[in-house]
Amino acid sequence: MLAITLAYKNLLGAGLRTWLNVSVLSIAFVVIVFYNGMLDGWNRQAYNDTKEWSVGDGELWHPNYDPFDPFCLQDAHAQVTGKIKTLVEETRLTPILITQATIYPQGRMQNIYLKGIDPKQKILKLPTMVLEEETGEIPAIIGKRMAEAAKLKKSDQVLIRWRDKNGTFDSREVKIMSVFNSNVQSVDNNQIWISLETLQQLTGMENEATLLIADKNYTNVSIGPWIYKDLKFLLKEIEDIIETKKIGAGVIYGLLLAIALLAIFDTQVLSIFRRQREIGTYVALGMTRRQVVAIFTIEGSAHSILAILVGSIYGVPLLWHLQNAGIQMPKYVDSMGVSISDKIFPVYSIGLVISTIVLVIISATIVSYFPTRKITRLRPTDALKGRIQ
Amino acid sequence: MKVMIFILICMLGLAFDYTDGDLIMRKVDQNMSSRNRVFESSMTIHGKRNSRTIVSRTMSEGTKKSFTESLSPVSEKGTKMLKLQGQLWIYSQSTDRIIQISGNMLRQSVMGSDLSYEDMMDDRKLTEIYSAKVTGEEKVAERNTILVELNAKVENVAYFKQRMWIDQERFVPLKEELYAKSGQLLKRVEFKDVEKIQGRWFPTTIFYKDILKDGNGTEFKMTSLKFDQDIPEYLFTKAALKQ
Repeated sequence: MLAITLAYKNLLGAGLRTWLNVSVLSIAFVVIVFYNGMLDGWNRQAYNDTKEWSVGDGELWHPNYDPFDPFCLQDAHAQVTGKIKTLVEETRLTPILITQATIYPQGRMQNIYLKGIDPKQKILKLPTMVLEEETGEIPAIIGKRMAEAAKLKKSDQVLIRWRDKNGTFDSREVKIMSVFNSNVQSVDNNQIWISLETLQQLTGMENEATLLIADKNYTNVSIGPWIYKDLKFLLKEIEDIIETKKIGAGVIYGLLLAIALLAIFDTQVLSIFRRQREIGTYVALGMTRRQVVAIFTIEGSAHSILAILVGSIYGVPLLWHLQNAGIQMPKYVDSMGVSISDKIFPVYSIGLVISTIVLVIISATIVSYFPTRKITRLRPTDALKGRIQ
Repeated sequence: MKVMIFILICMLGLAFDYTDGDLIMRKVDQNMSSRNRVFESSMTIHGKRNSRTIVSRTMSEGTKKSFTESLSPVSEKGTKMLKLQGQLWIYSQSTDRIIQISGNMLRQSVMGSDLSYEDMMDDRKLTEIYSAKVTGEEKVAERNTILVELNAKVENVAYFKQRMWIDQERFVPLKEELYAKSGQLLKRVEFKDVEKIQGRWFPTTIFYKDILKDGNGTEFKMTSLKFDQDIPEYLFTKAALKQ
């Protein structure tokens, strides 16, 4: 208790020096919470969006299907039969058929994926209901990125060419019924969605699918040739990107923290140098060297407590505002191939805040302790005389 | 006796049935296919903004084996292509690698032209994959032609329907239109500069145009075309690609 009281008095006595240290450390504290919160917010948003728009609660893949190999599609399809068919009828699975195609908007040639999906499906957020509408052409939906790339808009018609299961060319006009706005590029870039039944007829792949999207009630098992891919597998890319971002961010706020800690370290060294007589007096009065070290260490680490308090004063309203208003992301980020919305809403979990507090206190304590080791080697008589050793 | 045989041949010629599409197509196949052929060619791809020409030398045997080496431009020089019984390998000098083009990759465009690898690869005779029906007569490039409609009789064919304008006298196609299953016209091919080479009429310039995309088509011009030459067998091996 004596050590805490002394530390408190000495800190306040140091005046501006203390508040400068506290300010820098508080900025590091707030930045760490903010940046990690932003990454967690991005992670959560990307996770939810990818689930809702693209992968549902898991997928069943044809054994030959590889999302990174467009050439596999020729052989990556099979009949939806047996237990799988029953699950499709129970709407616990929704089949998707994928084939390569080419569109010719304004005479330009653009290779795309032509995807067939059940218009009545409820697992994904895609506006598939419009695919049932009666038009002279094949009703289709596209994402905003595809619309931008192909210069297409709602009600436009575009000629599309594909090959059926035998490799025979076929060509028809499709009509864009809706342009959906999704953060998930894997359902948008270079893709046109049409009714599953229509695509099956056009390609001669009756009752066939390339993959099936599972809903939340689906038990995670592979059935027949279909291989189950769980969310951990399907969302691994997002997690890897966030993990990489966290490492990069760690370097930045590590530097910021290092600056603050260096200031504390410097203060401690100076403090011990200037207060040698005080140290000698403590020892002469009967305090053990360990007790003196504790006084100085607590004094140093008390910077972190003050920094957390000061950081909370301006950080809480600032971070609360950012959590509600969101952080506007630059447009080019969208073209980086990562699921990211226009705005990121940071998420500050209790775990994040506590772990950051612990990090700041422990690191401040460590850097406060190191300079005090010198005290253990001080002779009280020399200390009282103020001799430098 | 000789006179009688001559008269008989002439009568048979006069009696040629111009309404039998399959018979006409067999005549075209006979005319267009040879034991082997050697030629130099220039393929000019007329893009939307500019054109580029690739010069190459080709040696082919029947319809199943062919070896092509690019001669110019410098960027393509040394690129070799070997077609063997439905398989295609490409050797690139810059990478010193042999790549097999297979499956869906065969459906890609050859060097940005209006031709796909598959167009080059289909070595079946037209009579094997299409049933032909004569639908009329028309004049194409001042020549009398028979218009033949070809409908696929097998499933694994790229173009479901073709229309072909065949020179009545020389039995070479002068124009061809390739259609999708839906009836959409996809490509138009024009055969020009028909020359008599070693006793057979052969178009030495072929112009391909992908109707759906912009650009001014691809012109394929054959020079120094020779039939029935002695081609060393080793050329039709993968080892020849790296030589």
